[in-house]
Amino acid sequence: MDTAVIEVQNLTKRYGDVEALRGVSFSVGEGEVFGLLGPNGAGKTSTVEILEGLRTPDSGRASVCGLDPQRSGAEFKYIIGAALQSTALPDKMRVREALDLFGSFYPRRRGTAELLKRFGLEEKRNAFYSQLSGGQKQRLALAMALVNDPRVVFLDEPTAGLDPQVRREIYDIIEELKKEKKTILLTTHYIEEAERLCDRVAIVDHGKVIALGTPRELKGRSGAVTRITVRMARPEANGALGKLEGVSECRAEADDYLLYSTRVPRTIVALVKHLEEQNNELISLEIAAPSLEDIFLELTGRRLRD
Amino acid sequence: MRHTWALTVSRMRLAMRNRAFLFFSMIMPLVFLFIYAGILGRGNPEALPYLLADVLALTVMGSFWGLSVQLVTFREQGILRRFRVTPIGASAMLASSIISNYVLTIPTVLIEFYLSRKLFHMSGMGNLIAVAILLTLGIVTFATLGLVIASVTNTMQETQIINQILWFGFLFLSGATIPFPSLPRAIQRVAYFLPATYLVSGLQQSMSVVDPVKISELGLDLASMIGCTIIAFVVAAQLFRWEPEAKTPRRAKLWAAGAIIPFILLGIWENKYEHVRARAMSDYQTIERTSPPDPAMPSR
Repeated sequence: MDTAVIEVQNLTKRYGDVEALRGVSFSVGEGEVFGLLGPNGAGKTSTVEILEGLRTPDSGRASVCGLDPQRSGAEFKYIIGAALQSTALPDKMRVREALDLFGSFYPRRRGTAELLKRFGLEEKRNAFYSQLSGGQKQRLALAMALVNDPRVVFLDEPTAGLDPQVRREIYDIIEELKKEKKTILLTTHYIEEAERLCDRVAIVDHGKVIALGTPRELKGRSGAVTRITVRMARPEANGALGKLEGVSECRAEADDYLLYSTRVPRTIVALVKHLEEQNNELISLEIAAPSLEDIFLELTGRRLRD
Repeated sequence: MRHTWALTVSRMRLAMRNRAFLFFSMIMPLVFLFIYAGILGRGNPEALPYLLADVLALTVMGSFWGLSVQLVTFREQGILRRFRVTPIGASAMLASSIISNYVLTIPTVLIEFYLSRKLFHMSGMGNLIAVAILLTLGIVTFATLGLVIASVTNTMQETQIINQILWFGFLFLSGATIPFPSLPRAIQRVAYFLPATYLVSGLQQSMSVVDPVKISELGLDLASMIGCTIIAFVVAAQLFRWEPEAKTPRRAKLWAAGAIIPFILLGIWENKYEHVRARAMSDYQTIERTSPPDPAMPSR
């Protein structure tokens, strides 16, 4: 990562009494897909909008391709593409017109026909913006972000509020961009999205980066703790399960018990023995390698979508 | 420049698809025309140019209303911030508002002229060049005033309240509805500070068949409109906000007052010399003289 395309150092931002950013730092290399993962209100959008030039940080430094987003003019706008968290267009603007209009602002642009085809909007080319579904609006927002064939693409919650099928369509589109070697900064609160799309992820909470690395690194860092989800016929006093061999932590969640184990086989054997002793019955058992969700839980004690 | 034009074309398309725009910019002015020429001007062709001048002024002054509402809507819906990540600047956004409004107002004006001639048999019309200049400057000035209003108001509610107050003043104090000579003296003195008064009186003088005004006689009026437009545009661009939640500080609102400086100066001057009043009086008398004694029973 000798060529950092996006550089963020110690950004802080305050809205009234709320400290949205409390010293965010990271850098993104050329052609990398970098994810900011965190719950709503963690500071993801503030960070991205500072990089897009829409907001000014209170302190710290941000640069994109060596340019200052707050001070640079057109030359900065030419190299970035952005899908804002909620891209809004006039209700009576047609899909084709939106791409034509925004394309006309740039010296270098992609053709409207090509974009319509690529984003599956050909049939909707003459539809008004107000007539589009949520997924179609989001696809148009992505198409508009690419209209100038930008070097750096900012995608702020590109799949928020979309149903799973539409979300997967958007993933395919982002994966294609990845192949084109675009540098992409995306924010999300979906674990699946970060794991599937991002080369590296920064986990953000309360305006701070609390962990940063490849999804694999992050998962490895959690001490290789595996989650075992157990459901039993009779509920158990919580303490006993937590004392089983290899178990580092035990949580009760609805009818399930989540056991975090560093030595899975031993824990399983101990669990079965324990159940027999207690004359209890095992209803279901699930063993899952740690996910980013677990990492987040481990780091913050909260679930992502609390 | 290229960006401004692309935006302008797009804005015109959107306006044409907007029912509220079509109603206020196309239908309403024609309703005014029928009321003025068809009812007030019945049997008095001499008064027709004078009445058409009022209708033209109302058409032109409507510009500020639509533009301020449109820009505030764009801001509140988060449409402007999407433009902010493109190379578009505030000036291009503002200029496209003014140009699209100008292009869309012209057809209404032409229809008003056409109907006045064909339907209401308006025979002559005074100084057409002066009329064209006044219309052009008027549309641009009032459009720019609308942009200033959009820039200094923080919510749509605020925008609408200010629009209502201004529209009320433009409507009733300018001479466009109530003839200027019939206004009480005190109100006339207040009206001297309104841009609308000069637009209405200028158009009335230029349309007058009996004694059309020369452009040189409108020098101060035109200069004030140009001055007001330039200052208003600069203020609107300086205070332009892309973000829905960005608020204009109260102090900055005073800047907007800067836009009316030319009309404050002109108002002071007029309060002293009262050219507008004198011209309006003489025209008013001419029309009164030529009007039939009893409009209900034309003496034919």
